[in-house]
Amino acid sequence: MNIHEYQGKQILKQYGVAVPEGYVAFSPEEAVKAAKELGTEVVVVKAQIHAGGRGKAGGVKLAKNLDEVRAYAKELLGKVLVTHQTGPEGKEIKRLYIEAGSSIEKEYYLGLVLDRETSRVTLMGSEEGGMDIEEVAANNPERLFYEEIDPVVGLTGFQARRMAYNMNIPTKLVNKAAKLMLGLYQAYIEKDAAIVEINPLVVTGDGQVVALDAKFNFDANALYRHQDIMEMRDYDEEDPKEIEASKYDLSYISLDGNIGCMVNGAGLAMATMDTINYYGGTPANFLDVGGGATAEKVTEAFKIILSDKNVKGIFVNIFGGIMKCDIIAEGVIQAAKEVSLSVPLVVRLEGTNVELGKKLLNESGLDIVAAGTMAEGAKKIVELVG
Amino acid sequence: MSVYINKDTKVLVQGITGSTALFHTKQMLEYGTKIVAGVTPGKGGTEVEGVPVFNTVEDAVKATGANVSVIYVPAPFAADAILEAVEAELDMAICITEHIPVLDMVKVKRYMEGKKTRLVGPNCPGVITPDECKIGIMPGYIHKKGHVGVVSRSGTLTYEATHQLSQEGIGQSTAVGIGGDPVNGTNFIDVLKEFNEDEDTYAVVMIGEIGGTAEEEAAAWVKENMTKPVVGFIGGQTAPEGKRMGHAGAIISGGKGTAADKIKAMNAAGIQVAETPSVIGETLIRVIKENGLYDRCKTH
Repeated sequence: MNIHEYQGKQILKQYGVAVPEGYVAFSPEEAVKAAKELGTEVVVVKAQIHAGGRGKAGGVKLAKNLDEVRAYAKELLGKVLVTHQTGPEGKEIKRLYIEAGSSIEKEYYLGLVLDRETSRVTLMGSEEGGMDIEEVAANNPERLFYEEIDPVVGLTGFQARRMAYNMNIPTKLVNKAAKLMLGLYQAYIEKDAAIVEINPLVVTGDGQVVALDAKFNFDANALYRHQDIMEMRDYDEEDPKEIEASKYDLSYISLDGNIGCMVNGAGLAMATMDTINYYGGTPANFLDVGGGATAEKVTEAFKIILSDKNVKGIFVNIFGGIMKCDIIAEGVIQAAKEVSLSVPLVVRLEGTNVELGKKLLNESGLDIVAAGTMAEGAKKIVELVG
Repeated sequence: MSVYINKDTKVLVQGITGSTALFHTKQMLEYGTKIVAGVTPGKGGTEVEGVPVFNTVEDAVKATGANVSVIYVPAPFAADAILEAVEAELDMAICITEHIPVLDMVKVKRYMEGKKTRLVGPNCPGVITPDECKIGIMPGYIHKKGHVGVVSRSGTLTYEATHQLSQEGIGQSTAVGIGGDPVNGTNFIDVLKEFNEDEDTYAVVMIGEIGGTAEEEAAAWVKENMTKPVVGFIGGQTAPEGKRMGHAGAIISGGKGTAADKIKAMNAAGIQVAETPSVIGETLIRVIKENGLYDRCKTH
């Protein structure tokens, strides 16, 4: 789960990480009020969307007086911002962050991420701040530094100082930078983050080390133990179908095609998409109904697939293990009746309780095309959708 | 022979009184798996399907000599269940539970360093040596005893591949689901090493998916060390970048972890990669024929 920059900065503050003063604003009036409150010479009007690259896309403005604040707030609110991370459709700006301007001496990069190869959290830092860090990694790998963190002791003081020296933080500010890194690590661990990025981290004219941006992504599997983070979720930033799916613990992702897919298991769901593509079709979604699905969950999954107006046909591909085929069959039958299904439906069942599942479908009187294998099912649905 | 588990394996079910565990305990017993104990704190002294239940793993091991545990404990408590199995020095702990917080697994993995227990999973279908021992949630009937080793990051995709093999009369020595999480116990290379050394495994099917670099590392290992033919498949060839495809580990980010990179690495290591999941069986059969192994692999 992602949160906004201003929410990330609220978390950082709790961990003693220096961030500029700021207020969230939902209207030009609130933006002006916030700027008055700050009372600084320059304020920054920042678009709050769940995507990076806002600065380059014109989503961050420097305002020198209240009129400018009002004008920029009017300009940005309601505007669709297209950055390299939003995709061509962009994202509508619904919130602004009004922040005190900082006198930037130099920009740096700091990040914390799980390294899958070592199974350790790793601190990354670079003198190349404000840039796309993937570009730095590709073009100047020698300027990106890593500290692998042992979970028993956590990030240590000497590691943080070593990182600060490697990043060429001015010597007299190394301890401040190290303290900031330790706070950042605490926040990462205690809030079960998956990624934290500070880009840029800045050294200011008055000798402070400040997080000028904050990007947080949280481990969805750990949200159950972080009510405070859950409350930060901004539903406006997410696909409504994906929100609906998450209520039922379904793993659903919208795609561009017209064949709705319902599959159990993430690997098989991906392979089903691949197979549909192979036979010349395009999947409308990724949907893993998971292991412990009930008939009710399957019914909801069906409704979500059909709420996508692009869907011209549905392929149900189930290989039951933990998931029982009769449960899937019950759910499909119930859903088809409730929504009075009008698009072709191809069902392929295999695995636990398969005979019972097939029997239920046969006796349901529904117009269901049965398929013996995944390839056959994919071929059939591609033909039926045309 | 087989790898990891066989007819003598004594299995302990952690979280045995939960509904999923109960269902699969029955299925495992029907398959012939020797389930000697169950553990649910607070339910010690009771019985489930004729299996004695204990309060702790330690008690269960002392009383029954169990050497492998299978974990169905809910995600918030699963990491603790793994630690308990490691502390009791079991040979192996197979964790079926999905949705375990990844930082819990980072700690578990650190704790396991230098310890005896091998962890398979989490978020995996389990391990099966056909006709001898089934541990996990896979449907037993799709497997057949034989000589092809199967290792996979995905549960249901493993069933798909195994089913295709069995229908063609190609049995399996052991099928190992290593799970789809970014931090897990056993990786491809661990299992490939076992298959390479197992006299009864003549060829291997390796099923990967997008995300991470485990397949690339495994391919490099195969190139240097593997003496038996390997065929593969990678799920998520058409998945868009930046979207997490269900598994916590299945995501293409920063241009890394793409199916194309993995297939390239596998091909470079001499691994033939099936174009679609439906032809994994066919691809294996072609390769074992090329290697003169078909008659030895075919179950008569």
